[in-house]
Formats: sequence, structure tokens, C-alpha cells
Amino acid sequence: MNYWTGIDCGSWATKAVIIDDDAQLLGSAVVRSGADLSGASARAFASALTVATRARSEISAVWATGFGRGSVGFADGSRTELDCHGRGAAHYVSGALVVLDIGGQDAKVIRLDDGGRRLAHRMNRKCAAGTGSFLDEIALRLGVEPQALDGLARAATEELELSSFCTVFAGTELLTLIRAGKRPSDLASAAYRSLINRVASMDVFPGRVVATGGVIAYHPTLVRMLSEKLGSEIVVPPHPQEMGAFGAALAARDGAAAVGPEATHVRT
Amino acid sequence: MTALTSTAALRETMGGHFHALGDAAVHKSAPIAWCTSVGPTELLRALGFEVFFPENHAAMLGAARTSQRYMPVVHAQGYSPDICSYLTSDIGAYLTGETPLEAYGLSGVPQADVLVFNTNQCRDVRDWFEWYGRRWNVPVIGVRSPRALEHVTTDDVDGVTKQIEGLIPVLEAVAGARLDHRRLSDVVRASRECSDLWEACLRTAAHRPAPLTFFDGTVHMGPAVVLRGTESANAYYRILRAELEARVGAGTAAIPGEAYRLYWDGMPIWGRLRALSTLFEEFRTAVAASTYCNSWIFPALDPAEPLRSMARAALELFIVRSEQPKERYIEEMVARYDVDGIVFHDCRTCPNNSNTRYGMPRRLADRLGIPTLVLDGDVNDLRCFSDEQARTNIEGFVEQLADARPAATRRVTA
Ligand code: SF4
Repeated sequence: MNYWTGIDCGSWATKAVIIDDDAQLLGSAVVRSGADLSGASARAFASALTVATRARSEISAVWATGFGRGSVGFADGSRTELDCHGRGAAHYVSGALVVLDIGGQDAKVIRLDDGGRRLAHRMNRKCAAGTGSFLDEIALRLGVEPQALDGLARAATEELELSSFCTVFAGTELLTLIRAGKRPSDLASAAYRSLINRVASMDVFPGRVVATGGVIAYHPTLVRMLSEKLGSEIVVPPHPQEMGAFGAALAARDGAAAVGPEATHVRT
Repeated sequence: MTALTSTAALRETMGGHFHALGDAAVHKSAPIAWCTSVGPTELLRALGFEVFFPENHAAMLGAARTSQRYMPVVHAQGYSPDICSYLTSDIGAYLTGETPLEAYGLSGVPQADVLVFNTNQCRDVRDWFEWYGRRWNVPVIGVRSPRALEHVTTDDVDGVTKQIEGLIPVLEAVAGARLDHRRLSDVVRASRECSDLWEACLRTAAHRPAPLTFFDGTVHMGPAVVLRGTESANAYYRILRAELEARVGAGTAAIPGEAYRLYWDGMPIWGRLRALSTLFEEFRTAVAASTYCNSWIFPALDPAEPLRSMARAALELFIVRSEQPKERYIEEMVARYDVDGIVFHDCRTCPNNSNTRYGMPRRLADRLGIPTLVLDGDVNDLRCFSDEQARTNIEGFVEQLADARPAATRRVTA
């Protein structure tokens, strides 16, 4: 049996997974990326090895993805997160699908054909709207941890709207609502609605939707609301936050073609 | 990127243009007209004006990235960050008292005796020129063009021809000379030759591997923009064409190991030209053709009918057309240059030259069966551009091409 590693070096968190030839996930780890992306990648890799009870020497290849993929010096190859999220999602869900990845700094929509090949992708513009950063900002204004938003939103009773996608303007709107005595739970749910409206306008979502990324992992109520908005069932694969790293491990296993200069040092 | 040796002649040609402008500004040896990129340049040259192109100047500021310092100066004067960043870069540089033309011995931009616009591309050029007109108290005249044309009708051409004719008395008064129609015809003939030569240069990229890319084109199109109608532009393009034809003969690639070919629609991102060029090269991808470089091809120019053909040339341009003729045009280019995909630049401050906002990329992808990519950016304002996001977008796009054409992938990794 061979073992493969994928490392997703994202703007907020770095994720590592170890899989075997059958794509069984043997271990994974998530660490904060911070300013030292190379160090974060090494730590995530080491933790994932520990969880998987494997030694470094047993790993046949490491592939990197995410915005810091170029900083993973020990990687044997890389693919973009567009590829890896699509690849990971297609492993769990067959047929044509749309992958919606909501990460800390960006959101992506990836359309795949029924053979799992990428047809098109869209990334949000250079701003926090529709990303985890938007929720972080809202949580800060409500004085709670971002993870606490979900519990709040679940208890919402009033449907409030934050009309703006812009993080700064939405923050001001939030203050107005707080002054009007609105409940934090309804405000958390309004923030979810704003994020959903933003990502829903990035593309059309025909057929099956698979949602991945850190925001999806920590905000199940948002996923439920998103499903209602799109009018379709949303599949959340196991380990949605690690889906990019999982896809990178699959790329390593499958010997995908790297397209950049790193194509020259692919071992597989 | 295999460098073109013609670049030395290019520098000399462009230097000649700027030095002539400097002479005219200092010694008053010729009147100076500022003109929009599409003209009516030929009329100005026939009247003996030295012609300055602020869009070319603004592109230089963008490429030098000094525009980042200049734009805020103009935003502070009430000009929105959402309007043309060429305008705000150029006026900001003027207010700051700086210009890259210092390298050619000019102490500033050459002051205009008259500014002549054509709104066939956008309204911004008029607002831009009027700012200087107020500042210097000189006439600002021009053509107020119809836009978004499905067909260029005889009425459209008649109307613009009349407007160009209407400019003549003002220009004659400023130049202190009468228009010599034979000379105008000669300038139009030279301009048409420039257009044909430039087109021949660009068309060499239809060969595999392409001997030049869009990124080379944005630099080498300089004489077609600022010296159209002069022999020096034509002399330069003969040199360039010979080099490109030699490359085609020898199979010399602009991108060694060319594996994929793309078409670029929209403005260049001047401040990231080199970075993007290097990035595409990393991915063995030749951006073989573009709407932008093609915009200085004017097949309508006809020395037998100078003014009327100038009007038609300005109206037939891509930027003046509606979505359907634009789509037909891109479709033709995709076939001519045999490209694998199209990159659309959504230029934040230039809606006029962004063909991403009314669904075109998706319509073309569906109709032509090739992928399209939308890159967010700007012609000069780098605050609207993210290096990381662009890299992921482009790399992801090439991955998609590689997965769709595994044979080509093998060529990549060989
Ligand atoms: S076409 Fe666009 S970039 Fe050119 S001057 Fe007009 S607004 Fe500016």
C-alpha cells in the first residue's frame, strides 16, 4: 500500500491529509497559517502523520494546494485549490455538479461535468464579501467568537436583512439594528443571509451542489439556509475544511499533470 | 520569452516621436494637438500638427506603476476612483509635475494648442481633454460618436464625416494653415499602410508556435498609435514584420515549448504586464492574439476618400460595436489564431473596454465550446488587482486546458 499527502496552505488555516491508495483518509490536521507558511505546512504535515501513525518515509508524494502552495518547499507538485476542491468533491459525489467553496478570504464556484472534469470556475472579487472574513467581522461586532454565530443563528426568529455585501457597510447596518434593539440571534442569521446572497449571485447552481471550505465546516445553519435559498439539496462531504488538501492528495496519487515550473520536479 | 531584436529600432522610433514633440513644445516649431488614440490623427498631421496621445502617456504611467501615486491626487479633486484610471493617472502626474517623458528630454507633457477627442471609445476622453482645455484656455473640439452599433450605416458615416469636416476651420485657425487635401490623402495612404503592416505583424501569431504574444504586441504597437500616418512608423513595421516572418520560417517561438494558445480581450494591466507575461510563459501558454492590439487595424482607411474613410474606420472599430458584432469578431479571431480559450479582462475603471458585464464570456464559451476566464483587474489602478487571485485564476485555467487535452499536457511536461 502507498500513502499520499495533500497540503492545503490557505490564507487562514493550513490543512494536511494522509490517504492511502484507496483514498481512505488516515489522518488530517488543521493549523493556523500565520505569517510562516512553510512552517505551518511542516507542522500540519507532522501532525497529520502522527494522527495517521505513518512515518514521513512511507509517503510516496506530497502535493500542495491553496494560495500558499508555492511556499510548501517539500511538495513534489501542486495544483490550484480550484482543481483540488473539485477533485475532492468529485471523489465523494458522482455526476455533474457545482462545488461551492467558501474559505477565509475567498469564495469559489467550480463547475464539473459528469466525468469530474472542470468546465468553468469563478472566484469572488478582491474583497471580503462572501467569505469567512465577513463573518469574522460580524462576530467581532456582536462580541462573540465566529464559531458562536451558528448557535445564535439557529435560534433566530425574525428575518432581518443586511442589504450590503460590503463588510464595512454591513458593519454600520448592524450597528443600526443593534441600536434598534434587534436580537443577536436574528443579527447572526442576517449576516448568514448576506453572505448567502453574495455567493448565490456568483453563478447559477443547476443540479447538485457540493459545499466545501472552513465556513461550511463551522456554520451548518448557514448551509441549511443556503440550501433553502438555492432550492436544492447541498451535499457536505466528510471533512469539508480539508477538502482541498484531500484533493491535493488525490492529485498526488493520480499523478495529475502539474502545469507550472514545478512540473519538472514531480516524482510520481 | 524570446526577446525581439526589433526592440532597439522601436526605441529609436518612439524616441524620435517624443523628441519631435519636445522640439515643438520648446521651439514652437510646430503647433501641438492632443488626440485620442483613434484620431482624427490623419487630419491633424496633414495640417502640420505634432500629435500627442495622452492615452499612450497614461499607459506609460501605468507600466511604470507611478500611476499609483498620481491617481489619488485627482480623486481628491472630486474625480471618482471608479472613472477611467488613465484619466486620473495622467492628470495626477500633471498636477504632481512629473512625466516619464523626462527620459526623452521633455520637462513636462507638451502643452496643447488644441485638444481633439473622439468619443467613439468613451466619454472619459472628452472629460479628460476638457480638464486641460480649462487649464490652458485652449480649444477642445471633437467627434461625438454614435456607439454600440450593430451595423455601421451610411447615415452613421455621413454624420461622423460631417463632424470631422466641422473641425477643420478651428484646426486651420490654430495651425495657421489651410488644409491641403492632397497632403491629407498622402497621410491617409501612409496610415493605411501602417495599419496593413501592423496587421501583417500580428497575423504571424496565427502560426504555431506564435512568434509574438499579446504582451509583445502591447509594446510594439507604440508606433501604430502615436506615429500612424508617418513613414517612420511604416519603416519600423517593415523591420518588425521581417523579424517575425523570419521567426515563423525558423519556427522560433515567443514562448518556448508553446503548449496552449489563448486570446485576450480587454485592456492590458499595464502595471503587471511583465508579471503576467512571465506567468503565462511559466505555463507554456502563448496569448497569441488580442482585441486590444487589433484595435489599431483600420482596413477602411482609403486615400481616395480621406475624411469619409476616417469616419468609417473610427466607427467600424470593435469598441464602438454592439454585443453581436463583437461576439462575431472574437469568434473569427478564435478560429484565425486557433486558440484553446479566451481570457477576458474585466477592467474596473473602463466599462467601455470590458466585455464581461453583459454575459459575453459565458455565451461565447457555450457557443464556441472553449473555456473562458474572467480576470478582475484594471488598466492602471492596481488596487483593483490581486496578484494571488490572478495567479490562481490563470493557473487553474491552464490546469483545465491540460486536463481537457492530456496530449498537450505531455508536451508540457516533456
Ligand atoms: S476607453 Fe477606457 S481606458 Fe481608454 S480612455 Fe476611455 S475609459 Fe479610459
